[in-house]
Amino acid sequence: MNQSAWTDDQPIVSIKDVHKSFGDLEVLKGISMDVMKGEVVCIIGPSGSGKSTLIRCINALNDIQSGSIEVEGIEVNDKQLNKLELRKKVGMVFQQYNLFPHKTAIENVMMAPLKVLKQSPAEVEEIARNLIKKVRLEGKENSYPGELSGGQQQRVAIARSLAMNPDVMLFDEVTAALDPETVKEVLVTIKDLAEEGMTCMLVTHEMGFAKEIADHIYFTDRGVIVEHGPPATFFDSAKDERTKEFLSQIL
Amino acid sequence: MLEAFMEFFRQLADDYPRWNFIFFHEPRQWARIVKGLQYTLWLSIACVLLSVIIGVVGAWMQNSPSKWVRGIVQGYIQFFRNTPPFVQLLFFYFALGQFTPAVTGPDGWTEIPIISNVGWAIISLSMFAGAFNVEIFRSGIEAVPESTQEAADALGFTRLQTYKDVVLPLAFRVSLPALNNNLVNLVKTTTQAIGIAVPELLYQCVSIWNDYPSALYPTMLLLFVSFIILVGVLVYGMHRWEHKMRIPGYGG
Repeated sequence: MNQSAWTDDQPIVSIKDVHKSFGDLEVLKGISMDVMKGEVVCIIGPSGSGKSTLIRCINALNDIQSGSIEVEGIEVNDKQLNKLELRKKVGMVFQQYNLFPHKTAIENVMMAPLKVLKQSPAEVEEIARNLIKKVRLEGKENSYPGELSGGQQQRVAIARSLAMNPDVMLFDEVTAALDPETVKEVLVTIKDLAEEGMTCMLVTHEMGFAKEIADHIYFTDRGVIVEHGPPATFFDSAKDERTKEFLSQIL
Repeated sequence: MLEAFMEFFRQLADDYPRWNFIFFHEPRQWARIVKGLQYTLWLSIACVLLSVIIGVVGAWMQNSPSKWVRGIVQGYIQFFRNTPPFVQLLFFYFALGQFTPAVTGPDGWTEIPIISNVGWAIISLSMFAGAFNVEIFRSGIEAVPESTQEAADALGFTRLQTYKDVVLPLAFRVSLPALNNNLVNLVKTTTQAIGIAVPELLYQCVSIWNDYPSALYPTMLLLFVSFIILVGVLVYGMHRWEHKMRIPGYGG
């Protein structure tokens, strides 16, 4: 697929009939969804329903057995895939932050632009300072991850990912490891991003947040999308029994 | 001052014939000790550096996607870890040494092998200690969470960049105590180079007490004290390094 063929009136992420197995265990059984530029999409569902696997497949951290995933026209399910090109477009934030513990906050943010994009140190430092400011961590530039709270680490992780200037951000249960107090500061950061027009895909258990921020919500269970729709209709008039049961337990 | 020092030991040797510190009152013997120390230092520094490099590269190759590369590293480790280092030294010098090319010396007729006995000692001891270092770094690498590497992967790092900038710096910190032990052992093992006539400290000391049996005890004492100091300096340096590499808020 020719990358230049993509224009932003087409889906920025296009997933078609994706199947993924770990050994004999099929975790994705034909998933399809389209995400438009600037959209915020939340994927919810019970544990083990394949949510995290799905977004990990989008930036090729997991491979898929069949189907197609396109990001700005780049086919992810391609043996010849240029992973670097894909990863410049897709940023990812993990549940456990996964910061580099031997680097300070600002060094964490600077590392990829310096090493991967080979940008000049002065330029990168300015970008990094602005990103640290953006995630509201001024004054923590020179702290090591071990000296920061979970919420602060997660915001550094978001800044680190943004430093690569991606077009799509993937959030994999990014508040699941945080205590309730710090969840909010991370959610505010994500909300800022979404309001600036960043395309975001979130796997989350924060239903209130999903309702507030999402343009579209997908409910997955046992490897399939059971139901989806904009938050208003999704939360108030879910049709499927499994969705209703899940929502009644969680809300 | 120096004269008084020498005179003291000359007198000591006269009064107590078993305690002839000959290298303290005879400049020729002192020169032998100095030469021996220089060789021991050179062997130690070269082998420490080379074995650490072997460890770092070997541990990287151990994670290679290629079955063949992994197999070669495994074979190397098994051979060098499971056979005596002294036998390895003799094998390198006497067996492999025969097949290495020689060049004609400046006098026009002597044949000088391009790898000297010192060269073989460095190669052999480094390979021996390197096999352990590979395993030491491997344990450090395995302590680096998969998820940390995945984060680097997701940021577009190549496998080599991830190894160099993320995995290795973290693995090093975990590996330092074990590495410390192995390097201490390596420094002490350099004395085996006497087996292929490398004129290091033990070689010089043995020569001295063969020439002057009255110097046996003092020379042995010198050997012990020299190595205690040498290894002490190494351990001190490693501890300083360990301390400097400590990350605030990480791993206690």
